[in-house]
This record gives sequence, C-alpha cells and structure tokens, in this order.
Amino acid sequence: MACAQRDVPDEATIVSEVDAIVDAHAGQDGAVIPVLQSIQERLGYVPREAIKRVGERMSISYSELAGVVSFYSYFTTVPRGRHTVRVCLGTACYVRGGKEVLQKFEESLGIEVGNTTEDRLFSLEVGRCFGACGLAPVVLVDDEVHQRVSPPKVRGLLDAYRDAADAESSAEAAGTGGGSESAGGRAGGADEPKEGSA
Amino acid sequence: MVDIRINDRPMKVSSDTTILEAARQAGITIPTLCHMEQRPPLGACRVCVVEVKHAPRLMAACATPVAEGMEIFTNTKRVRDGRRSVLELLLSEHNGDCRICVRSDDCELRKIAANLDITKVRYEGELPPARYDDSTPALRRDTEKCIKCRRCITMCTDVQGVGALAPQKRGYGTEIGPAFSLDLGDVACVQCGQCAAACPVGAIIETSHVEDVWHALEDPEKHVVVQTAPAIRAALGECFGYPPGTRVTGKMVAALRGMGFDAVFDTNFAADLTILEEGHELLERLKHALVPKETVGAAAGASQEGAAGGSAQGHGAGGGFNPRGGGGPGGNGSPTGGGDGHGGGSSERDGHGGHNGDGGHGPGPLPLITSCSPGWIKHAELFFPDLLPNLSTCKSPQQMFGALAKTYYAQNAEVDPANMVVVSAMPCTAKKFEAARPEMRSSGYQDVDYVITTRELGRMITSSGLSFDELEDDTTDSPLGQSSGAADIFANTGGVMEAALRTVWEVVTGSELPGENLHFQPAQGLTGVKEAEATIAGTKPEFSFLEGVTVRIAVAHGLGNASKLLSEVRRDPSRYHFIEIMACPGGCIGGGGQPRPTTDEVREARIRGIYAEDEGKPLRKSHENPDVAKLYSDYLERPLGPRSHELLHTHYERREV
Repeated sequence: MACAQRDVPDEATIVSEVDAIVDAHAGQDGAVIPVLQSIQERLGYVPREAIKRVGERMSISYSELAGVVSFYSYFTTVPRGRHTVRVCLGTACYVRGGKEVLQKFEESLGIEVGNTTEDRLFSLEVGRCFGACGLAPVVLVDDEVHQRVSPPKVRGLLDAYRDAADAESSAEAAGTGGGSESAGGRAGGADEPKEGSA
Repeated sequence: MVDIRINDRPMKVSSDTTILEAARQAGITIPTLCHMEQRPPLGACRVCVVEVKHAPRLMAACATPVAEGMEIFTNTKRVRDGRRSVLELLLSEHNGDCRICVRSDDCELRKIAANLDITKVRYEGELPPARYDDSTPALRRDTEKCIKCRRCITMCTDVQGVGALAPQKRGYGTEIGPAFSLDLGDVACVQCGQCAAACPVGAIIETSHVEDVWHALEDPEKHVVVQTAPAIRAALGECFGYPPGTRVTGKMVAALRGMGFDAVFDTNFAADLTILEEGHELLERLKHALVPKETVGAAAGASQEGAAGGSAQGHGAGGGFNPRGGGGPGGNGSPTGGGDGHGGGSSERDGHGGHNGDGGHGPGPLPLITSCSPGWIKHAELFFPDLLPNLSTCKSPQQMFGALAKTYYAQNAEVDPANMVVVSAMPCTAKKFEAARPEMRSSGYQDVDYVITTRELGRMITSSGLSFDELEDDTTDSPLGQSSGAADIFANTGGVMEAALRTVWEVVTGSELPGENLHFQPAQGLTGVKEAEATIAGTKPEFSFLEGVTVRIAVAHGLGNASKLLSEVRRDPSRYHFIEIMACPGGCIGGGGQPRPTTDEVREARIRGIYAEDEGKPLRKSHENPDVAKLYSDYLERPLGPRSHELLHTHYERREV
C-alpha cells in the first residue's frame, strides 16, 4: 500500500513541472485554467507552491489564482488519494438520502469533504449531478458508478477498494522481497478512525 | 445617439451609454454599492435596479446599455421594492454594529437603507465567517462587515495591479480577501489603502493611531510635535462639509494647536528639503552617466557646491526650454551612456562601482525614480526589485521630517528626543507602514511615532470639541514649518517632478524654469502616464555637460500605470532620465487616507486647490526656502553630504510579502 500513493512532490519538482507547463502555453490568451488543469493532471493536485510559481511566471497575483482554484470544485489544493470518492448531492440524490450517505463516508473515512485520508487511499468530494438521477443516490469512485448507495453499504464499498490495494501492495512487497510488515501497519492505521466512529 | 425616456422625460444619449450613466446625465442618481466610475460594470450588488418598459425583470442600471426607444423608470414602487429586497439581503449578511462602527457617519450601505426607509430586515440567515485581520501596520479587515461588492478588488487588482485581494471560493461561501483566507500580511500588499478608500462599509479601514496620539498629548512628560502633509490641506475641509479642494491650511494649524500639540510643523518643509537632496542626486546621476569616468570625481564636487546656499534666481537668457507632452524616445543626445550600471537587471545597489568619495555612496543609475510614496516603494520592493537601484535614496518628506525633528529640532529646542513624540497627519495609509520600517530610526528612536490619516485627523478635531468653522487662521512654527509653493504641489501627480524641475533648472542654468507661472504643464493632470522632454540650454560652466542635452521625463500615478511605465523602462532603460511615481491615482490628493468619496471630480478639485496654494505663496521654489538654507548652513552642511546621508537617505530591499 505504501506504493499505492503518489509521492508528494518537492518544491524543485513543482517548479520544474509548472515551468514546463507554463512554457507549453506561452503566448496563449486565457491559458490560466488550462495551465492549472495540466498541473492537477501532472501532480494530482494543485499545491500552493505551484500557484505561487504560476503567478510569478504569468504575472497574476497569488490571491487571484487562489480565487480561480477555489472557485472550481474540480481543483484541489491538497494531495489526492489514490481513489476519489464523489458523493452526488444533486437534487435527486439529495432527496433520496445523498446527504446521509455523505455523512457515512465522512465517518468511515474519518475525513471531511475536500480532504484525503492519511494513508492517501481515498479523497472525498461532493458531486453536483452525474446525470444518473434514476439510480440515485449515486456515488462515483474514480470512473466507477455505484448506484442506490445507502449508508449501510458504504463500509463494504470502501473495503473492496482497500482489499484491492492491499492485494496489490503485498504482491509488490513479495516482488521486491520485503515490506509486508509496514503494509500491515499502515492498513491497521487506516482502520482506526473507522472503528472509533462506528 | 439614441432617443430614450427616463421617468417620462425624453433625452438623447450616445448609444454606448449605460442606463446608470444616462440617468446621471439627466440629473438622477441611482444608488449603487459596487460601481466605480470609469471601470467596467460589475453588476455585483444589484442595488441599481431600474424598471425598463417591456422588460420582464428589473434591470441593473450599471450593466444595461441604453437602446433606441428605451423607457426607463428609476423610482416606481416595483423599483423601490426591488432595491429594498436587495438591501435587506445585503444587510442580513452584514454583521456590523452601527453603534460602534467607524463608518457610521459615511457608510454607504446604511445611507441607502435609510433612503429606502428600511426599518427592519425580513431575512435572517447564516452570517459570513468572522475574521479580524490586523496583520499589517496600516490596514484592518473585518470580514463580518464585508458585503462582497468587490470595489476593493477593483482598486487593488484592476487599478493598482497589486492583486492582494480577490474573490475566493464561490456562491454563499464567497470571501473577499487574500488567497486561501490568509491575512493581508501573508500576501503581497503595498498598504496603499485604496481598498479602504473605496469600501462602502467598514470592512477595510486604516489602523487607528487616534488613541495613541491623545495619550501622548495628555502626557506632561512628552513633547509632541505634528507635521501635516501637503495633500491634506485641500481635503481636510471635506470632513467638515467644505467642498473638495477648499484650502483650510490656516484652520488646520489652529486646530492642531488647539488640540495641544507643542509645536505645529509642516511636512512641506521636508518636501523642500527633499527637492534639494533629490535634485542633486539627479544631477549626480546625470553627471555620472554623461561625463567620462576619470573626470567624475572632480565634477561631482562642483555640482554640490552650486547648490547648498540656494542661489536666488538669475535672469539669463534661459532659452531652449521646450516642454512637449508625449515626447517619444530617440530625441537628440542619448545621454544615459548605455551600459553603465543600469539595464542589466542587477539588484546590487553598488553594482556600478563609481564612487565619488562621498560617504561611500556612488551615484546610482538612470532613470532616477522618485521615492516619496511608501506604497510605491513597497510595490517596487515586491514587483520591481531589479529597479531598486534606480530609486532615489532620499527618504520621503515624512521620514526626513521625523529624523530632523528628533535631532536638529530636539537640539535647538533642548528637548530629549526620548521624550519627543512625532505625529504625522497624512493622506496616506502606507505612511503608517513606512513609519514602522525598521530602518526609519536614524535619530536612535522611531523617527515618526504615529501617523494619522486625514480622516482620523477630522475625527480628532471633531472630538476635541473645536468648531472648525470658527477657527482663526494660524501659521506653522519655526524651524520646520516654512515652505515654498513647490512643496505644496508634492500633493498632486506631477508635482514632485515640477518642483524638482523648478530647482534643478535654476541651479543648472541660473535662470527660472520657463513655463507659465513656473508650472510644468506636461506633468500635470490625470492622464495615467505622462511623458515630456526638454532640451537644456544656457548652462552654467560647471554644468556644461548638460548643454544641449534633451532630458526625458515621465510621470505615473496609480500603481497599474506605474507598472506599465516600468515595464517600458525594463525594455528600454535609456528611455527616460527622471521618473515620478505616486502609488495613488491623482497622487497624494487621492491617497488611501483621504475623506470619502474620492472621484475624479474630487481629485481635480483638490488638485486645483493645491495649485492655488502654491501660487499664493511668496516663495515658489524649494531652494528659496530660507529655513532649509539655514538647516544646511547650521547642521547638514550640503545636499548629499555625510549628515544628509545619515539622516535623510535610506535603502530598499527585495521582498516576498
């Protein structure tokens, strides 16, 4: 599981990634949002250091850029987990109990909307209608649609992803000849908030 | 042109007019909380709604252009009800207590609510997160009072190009402020206070020094002196109902004396002094660029000699002066001498070697850029660090005054500087920041202790119980009180340039600055960036290196304009010799600490008032100020001399925030 997460980039990496992306958009009008999108695609999130660097390179103030990043729910400034859970709170999902489902996810993951679990396996987001209102309440995990999710189903849904991640990391540990102890330790740690709140 | 009707009255207006502008032309004021003159419509506050015949909804007057045959109604029941709803919604989010709000007298939200007869708010809801931001020396933010009209952003981002404030998040969660709910002190803010001048409510205000000043005045141990900036004498009257531009210098002095200051001085005195220091700095830099290196040492001495006493005007044939607005580059003579220290983007102050044996300070590169405006200084430190060597090393008049008050004046008056308190009354919020800069302690103490804005001074006079109307004109004290008209015009954009030219021209040629009534028209007025050039002729022998040289100058006011000009300087470092920059639109008369509102009409009225003050003075040129001459003969010796460097000059540093 240690290998499941993307490493948090250091400042030098951020600067060089941002510079390459800004250079690729040089001379284009209205390039701010495409640049920020590319940064999120490359790094998994838009770190504050990256926003500062974009500002320096494109002569836009930090506060203005932060305004753009915080306006669009697409952008996130915290590192993303391996899986992004999006709970729909569109009208249909909302009236069918989407909010309770969201609460259950917050409890089970031990995080609030917009954050990432400590093991960096899950990030939790809110969605505003995925166009599947007939299946409400809907939860999207990465590109996978989960329909008619109710609070009691949440634990099982998450465990499936956890198990897959565990399997992957033990396979990798076996491949590299060690590390099973640390994988076990991490899994235990991730369970803690879940047990505490259940 | 299109034909429209407003409230059944026919009128013809240009087709690119908005309803708001058309109504103003018809003498009808439509209330608005977000719109600012000469800026694109925002449509953020919705207070300006009007009824347009056949339109299904009420329309925002600021954002709706007129159309042929349009019939507009600005005061129907539907309009009033609509505005009332909008106001009540704004009020429901505005968590301000008018009883203890500094803006209760001039709060635009409260005024509009009162005009609409709103006596209760029908909506109750969640209030915005409350955060009080006192992270900077000059400004205070109170997010509970913010109504999200975005005027502060218009000023900070669109006009000034600073961008410390921006809308964050979206929808109900929208916050107006620095990135990620940080404090102002954590982002690049220049402290110019244009946000505080534009805010319709009390969400951004200046840090008050009022109580500190009262405290000092009451302390019998303290010797409290005050200096007043040039720009406040044509604006302070607005706090007492006088029209903008009314000159109240004499009443202001009387009021300060009535409040109990031990001595009432004038920043103008220090402005005259600034001209002598900065004028000679300009001549040194010109000489350094124009005269072959081996002769610089000898020539520099000569330039300083010509200055100190401030010779009276001569009557030579000062011909050849030919001010021309909008002069482009590439005139005759290219006097900056190319790659000598400037243009390389070097931020090393002494990167160009050449010392003239004067306290170790070699002349810096051209163009020389003025340094009176502390908002501009911080802007340069943040955004143009490569041009810091171009900034005049002269402190601003406020800080020159402070340093002299606690040394020269303290000695004369036999006051222990430890017991002296120097108060400044300024049109500016950034002056609070400047006074607190750690390097501004040349006297061994903080040179300027407290800075109050024009608005704070107005409140203090009122609370002192003095009837401003009835005060008899009084005059400032010696030795830091007398000034020439050249000092007054520091208040206006182009004024420092004009004041410097009045002195430098005369020092160099021995004759008066040509131009009607000593004015330098191309530098005046509200055009954002002004350029001019003048060819010097008839120089005195010691300034023969300037004979026939075409000196190119530029003036910018408002930091957005300044940034445009400086980008040009970066591109072509030899384009100008001398540049004046003021952080605020219109110069100090439009400062962030001036009475509200400040519109272009108000700016123009204050500018006229200041020129009238200048023209009314018996002395019009800084070098004619006898108290300044005395200061040099008794204490400083000569401009740019060692003691000047110690007390009157400073240095700058690159900053991140």
